[in-house]
This record gives sequence, C-alpha cells and structure tokens, in this order.
Amino acid sequence: MKKPSSPMRSVRLGLWIVVGLLIYAYGFQVTNVNLDEIQSETRQTRLQRIIRALFRPDLFEYDREEFQVTVPVYVPCPAGGMEPAAPPTTSDPYLVVTPPCADPRTDVTVEGFNFEPNTEGPLNFIPPSGVSLKMTDVATDGEGHFVVSARLPNRPETVEQTIRAVTRRNVGLPHFSPNAINTWEKIIETVFLALLATTLATALAVPISFFAARNLMKDVTTSLTSVALAIIAWPVGIWLGALLAGWLGMGSQRLMANVGLQLGGVVLSPLLIWGAARWAVPPEEKQAPRRIIRWARMAAMGLAVAVGLVGLFLLADLASDWGTLLRVRLGVFGFLGEFVADLGDIISLLIAPIAAIATGAVLGSLAGRAGQQINERLSGAPWLALHYGLGTVGGAVLGLLIGAAIGWLYEIANPLYIRTLPVIVGAAGGLLMAFRTRHRRPIGIGLTIYYIVRTILNAVRSIEALIVALVMVVWVGLGPFAGSLALALHSIAAGGKLYSEQVESIMAGPLEAIKASGATRLQTIIYAVIPQIIPPYISFTMYRWDINVRMSTIIGLVGGGGIGFLLQQNMNLLNYRGASAQILAIAIVVATMDYLSSRLRERAI
Amino acid sequence: MLSVHKVTKIYEGTAFRALDEVTFDVPKGQFLAVIGLSGSGKSTLLRCINRLIDPTSGRILFDGLDVTAANDSELRRIRRRIGMVFQHFNLVHRSSVLTNVLAGRLGYVNPAWSFLNRFPPEDVANAHKQLARVGLSEKADNRADELSGGQQQRVGIARALMQEPDMILADEPVASLDPVLAHSIMQYLEQINKEDGVTVLCSLHFLDLVHRYADRVVALNQGQLVFDGPPKEIDDQKFKDIYGKEAERVG
Repeated sequence: MKKPSSPMRSVRLGLWIVVGLLIYAYGFQVTNVNLDEIQSETRQTRLQRIIRALFRPDLFEYDREEFQVTVPVYVPCPAGGMEPAAPPTTSDPYLVVTPPCADPRTDVTVEGFNFEPNTEGPLNFIPPSGVSLKMTDVATDGEGHFVVSARLPNRPETVEQTIRAVTRRNVGLPHFSPNAINTWEKIIETVFLALLATTLATALAVPISFFAARNLMKDVTTSLTSVALAIIAWPVGIWLGALLAGWLGMGSQRLMANVGLQLGGVVLSPLLIWGAARWAVPPEEKQAPRRIIRWARMAAMGLAVAVGLVGLFLLADLASDWGTLLRVRLGVFGFLGEFVADLGDIISLLIAPIAAIATGAVLGSLAGRAGQQINERLSGAPWLALHYGLGTVGGAVLGLLIGAAIGWLYEIANPLYIRTLPVIVGAAGGLLMAFRTRHRRPIGIGLTIYYIVRTILNAVRSIEALIVALVMVVWVGLGPFAGSLALALHSIAAGGKLYSEQVESIMAGPLEAIKASGATRLQTIIYAVIPQIIPPYISFTMYRWDINVRMSTIIGLVGGGGIGFLLQQNMNLLNYRGASAQILAIAIVVATMDYLSSRLRERAI
Repeated sequence: MLSVHKVTKIYEGTAFRALDEVTFDVPKGQFLAVIGLSGSGKSTLLRCINRLIDPTSGRILFDGLDVTAANDSELRRIRRRIGMVFQHFNLVHRSSVLTNVLAGRLGYVNPAWSFLNRFPPEDVANAHKQLARVGLSEKADNRADELSGGQQQRVGIARALMQEPDMILADEPVASLDPVLAHSIMQYLEQINKEDGVTVLCSLHFLDLVHRYADRVVALNQGQLVFDGPPKEIDDQKFKDIYGKEAERVG
C-alpha cells in the first residue's frame, strides 16, 4: 500500500487533533464542569466539614456526668440598683456575674470557681418560662476556673432570672457508640449477604458454564429426528413430572399424619434407593444386557425415584416441624432451628420444579435416543417420512412453546397470534430443516445451545446488580434477601462466563486420552475436565465473593439490605461522622477480603 | 486385526489431504512402526483408527467391526479395546496416579458409579497390578504432575493396559523423552506386544528404534503411504522417498 504524501499526513493529523478537541469540548459541556462552583467559599467549607468528619468516624463515646451551677441575675437592674454579693467562701462550685444586673443586650462577665478542671459545656440564660437560652460555651482551666464575657438576651423581667453553667465530664472508659454497633451488625449482614449470593450463584453457574464452553459443545451433534423428538418429549416430561410430584406430595401427606411412618419413610427411602441402585446399576458389564433386563432396571430406577421423592417430601416436612420446635428450645442458637425449618421449606418448594425438570430431561434424552435409533435402523422411504414428519411436528411444538411465552409476556390472548401463526411458522421451519438435512447431515445442537446460553449470559451480565436489586425489591420486599437475589443473578451470569472461559482453556490432551479409553461424554467431563478446572473455579469463586462484598455495600442504596442502607441514611441526615464509620468498615472488609481471597487463591493452585 | 482401506482425511477449511487413500492391514500381534516427517500424517492416521478424528472417507475395520460406521455406543465399545499412549502422556495432572490408571477402565464401568469415583474392587486391584508392572507401585497416591516424564509415560502405559486392549496405538510415545528413557518405554511396549500378544501401532521418529523394535514399517509422506515392509528393507533410496531428497541418515 502506498503511503500518502507527507503534507497530506500532516493535514490528517491536524484534522484528528481538531476532532479530538471537539469531542473533549463537548464532554466538558455535557458533564457540567464548573470551576466557579468548586472554588466558592460555602462549597469549600462544606467540603472541609465532610473531610474532617470522615477522619473522625463516630465509633466511640463516653458516658457523661453533668454539673449544673446557677447564679441569679436581674435584667434590667431593679430600681435603686444592686450591690454585688460578696463572693461565698466555699469549696463548692459557684458563679459570679459582674455586674449582677444589667440592661438586656449588654455584655456581662461571668466567672466560675471550683468547677471540675478541664471540662466544658454551655452557659445558658433561664428566664421564668424555664426555657434555656444559650449564651455561650465555657471551658474550665486546670484549676476549675473560667471567665467569659456573654451578652444578656432581650428578656427584660422585674423578677430574678438565672444564669446556669453546665459542664460535662467523661466518665469511665470509652465504649462503642450506637453507630458503631449498628455498623458492626450491618457489615456482618453484608458479608453474609455476599456469601449467600456467591454460594447460590456458584452452584448454578458451574453447570451452566459447561454449556457455555465451546470446546465441550462443538462436537455435540445429533440427527434432526432426535432433536424433534426431544423437543416434543421435554414439555410432556415437565408436565408429567409436575403431576407426579403433586400426587406423591399428596400421598406423603397421609404418611405425615403418623410420626412413626414419617420417620420410617425418611430412614427407609435412602436404603431402598441404595438397594435399587445396587441392583439396577451394576458396576461393570462386559456384554450389553438383554432388553428385558434393561426395561426392568429402568422400572426399578423409576420406582426408586418415586420413593426418593416421597422421602424428600417427608424429610422437608420433618425439618420444617423440628426446626420450628428447635427455634423455641435452643434460645440463643434459635437461628439454627430457623435454618433447619427454612431448609425444609426450601426443599418442599423445590421438589416439584426439580422433579418436573428432571422428568423432562429423562424423557427428552430417551426420546433423543429413540430418534438416534430411527436414524440408524431405518432407511429409504420410511426414514424419509419419519424425518420430514418429526421435523415438522417438532418445529410446530417449538413454535407453540415460543408462542405461549410471547403470549404470556405481552398478554396476548388472540389464538391466531399465540397458537396458529407460531405453529405454522414452526412447522415450516421444521420442514425446511428436514429438507436441508435430508442427506442425514447432523445438526450442531451443541453449538446452538452454546450460542443461546452465551447470549443469555451476556445479556444478564450487562444488567448491573444494582438495577436487578430494584426488581428484586419489588418481588421480595426491602431487605438483604432482595440484595442477595440480585447479586446472585448477576453472579450467575458473570461467573458462568468466567468459568466457561476456564473450561475452554484447559489442556486438550487429557480430554483426548479419556475419550480414547471409551468414556462417555459425561465421564470425560468428570475425569478430564473437572480436575483441571478446580483451581481456577475456586479462585474465581473467591474473587466473586470479594466482588459481591463490595457490591453489597452499595446494594443497600436501593433497598437491598446491608451496610449501604445505613450509609445512605447517615448521608441524608448529614451525619458525616456516622457515615464515616460505615465507610471505614467497608474499607476494612473489602481490604480483608482482598487479602484473604488472594491468599486462598494461591493455596488452591 | 486391523484393516485400513483408502482412508482420506481433509481437515475442514483446508484442501490439503492430511491422509490420502492410505491402505494397509495389520495382522494380530504385530509391532508396526509408522514413520514419516512431522506433519506427514502419522498422528492423524493413528487418531483416525479410534476415531478421535473422523476420517473424511475410507473404511477402517477393527477385528471385523466397522469403526467408521459405528454409532456412539458401538464406538465406545471399540475404543475400550484399543489402548492409546501419547507423546505428551496426557495424564490428568491434578488427579492421583491411581485415578489416572483407573480412568483406563471408564469404557467398561457403569457411568453412574464412575461419576461418584467408585470403581469395582477388582479394577482397583488390577490398577495396582499394572502400576507394579511398570514399576510405579509406590507412586499410586502421588499427584500425576509430581512424576518425571518417563514415569508419566509409564502411567500412560498402565492406563492403556487397564483397558485389556487388543491393540495399542502409541503416538510418538518417546519423542518427549531422552534416549535412555526412550528405550525403557519401548521395552515396555515390546513386552506387552510379545508377552500379551497385543498388536502395537507405534509412530516413531528415530530409525534406530524402528530397527530395534518393529516387525514392520509403514511410512507416510504428505499423507501418502510411501513404504510398507520390514525395517531392514529401508535402504538409502527408500529413505529419500520417505524423508525427502535433502535428508541425511543420522540414526
């Protein structure tokens, strides 16, 4: 490529500089850079106040003792004037006003004797109404003596009025201020909020990350018949699973009525499952078993799952009951009982959705295998008919599902838009796919899932946790629970992406070796992928916790609980010394987390 | 035992034939060396045999079973009878030596139990036996990356032996090792070949190793089979066919 001549290059450089200047000039304009304002005196004094307050966090305080000493005064002088009283000869504290009477709004000298040395407090004027009008502040010297000049207020009365000096003294040792105690409670809440969010997010992000790893997904291909059958089978399975869980839940209600049966169920069901698994899942087989045996085993495993579900229902109910009981009995450790009860509730909430999804997955994978069989066994016209037929039906079902989702989201009731059209479009798409794969070209289902998962992760990740918290606050109400849900959602997306990149960067050699030994895909993941990703996963999880602690300090700003709530409150009340304590706490926790996580990460490798 | 018929591999996105209609047969119990320059297609050929790489066309029969047409589960049943040893050993570094050896059993055990890292007791006993055979019984609980290169390759061999293989594919098993270790590893392969009657396909760089260990040689040049015969038949002319006009014999 020919370089432009040098005058041209100079002109171009000049143009770039002009463009740059324009960009920054506009930037200054829109960001309201205001130099006059930051130099104004009121702004600067405010800034000073805040900075000084920030360096004096409200953490400690003393109990205080108060001394009050009064002296009579006349404002104005009574007719005939007044003789100054002779100073008392006493070791008690007393005040002397000179002159002892004066006109309103004139200065008098107030002298204090025998006060506590080195104390301070206000000097007040008490009219007959009893309200105290502050005149000035006083501070005693080393001998408990002070002299101040103070102006009398405009309160002319004929009767005697009073000047009162109040001095306060710190008693005993300093102790934590209420602000410090609040800060402590909230920072603990913050750390645990972050811990819960991170745990929840990691548990979900780890499996998701495998679907977002290109190196694992790119080889996953299957036939159209498999995909179509799986698409049909998944919703059916989910529906069946939900139904099954419902029945079993009702059935286990009967068992719950009897404590003995309930306990027996909880203890027996794992044993039954173990036995069924031992029989139905033999450790090693040289020959593929006969079909009848395979069916029998599947039936046994199905039964075991049903028994397991009943066991879980019973366990959840048991935990719920006992937890409530323990909460009362355990006293200080009542939160343990509460935790057990909550766990029980969580289990009983999750059984139905998990059973539904698991049944969907089982039926989906069985259907996929059936599709594979069709592909291998059949050929010619029967295969072609099934291929086109299943492709069309699968597409139609997918269209129907998407239509239902759209109908729910946009509250469309018109069946033309949520049923007829999606079915037609889906069926046409399926037919097109069937036509394109009529020479048995495999479908890259792995990459399709990879792209879908990646897109969702990226979309969710780009929404700040602070904004997610706003939504969660609407859902579960103000408080740390909303905050942890918001952080969890954000962490799932961020963690899923980070983790999947770790999976993508593992060494391919061991993967190849395990595959070569005849391992299944899942075995390959467990024996070749997981050992390699444990150190980065631990380190990223620690890092995520670190980030979440930092995030949870501000998630309180939008009502997500934690220390941010306190911080915002103090800022709004202009209690900068209080806010300073919270900022200090955040700094300490973040620095500690930073240090701990880097140490743990070093150890994990 | 193994029949490779007109196998061609063209990697996606290229027009280059990494393998070009390669055809040969391997009888049971033979020690076959595969030689050729780097990039001549040795690794591709070995990986096509157990379909770690899918050949573009051609047919591979292993013990009468069509490897190229096998579906996933059939392929796994074939793969578990073919052990593989790699140039870079390909052990899982963070797992123990024993786990690495047991991984050779994954094609046999029930996936559900292996997910829980549970292997039948006889497999565990066998793993210890294989480790003893390669002289590493006391290293069973070490992490794989604590071992030296030669030790890692012996673990790789033990892993392949766990499969009770009928054939072993060795992809330049000694290229990352010094000459002394190279001979010790080759002797293990020879022992497996002679004593257990396991067919061995081994790609090699050094002709002296070929002369010392191989019953027969196939040579590849730019994906084409340019020589097939006993090692002693490789004269200067054949050598230049295999390694190019400018090549000098060093070994």
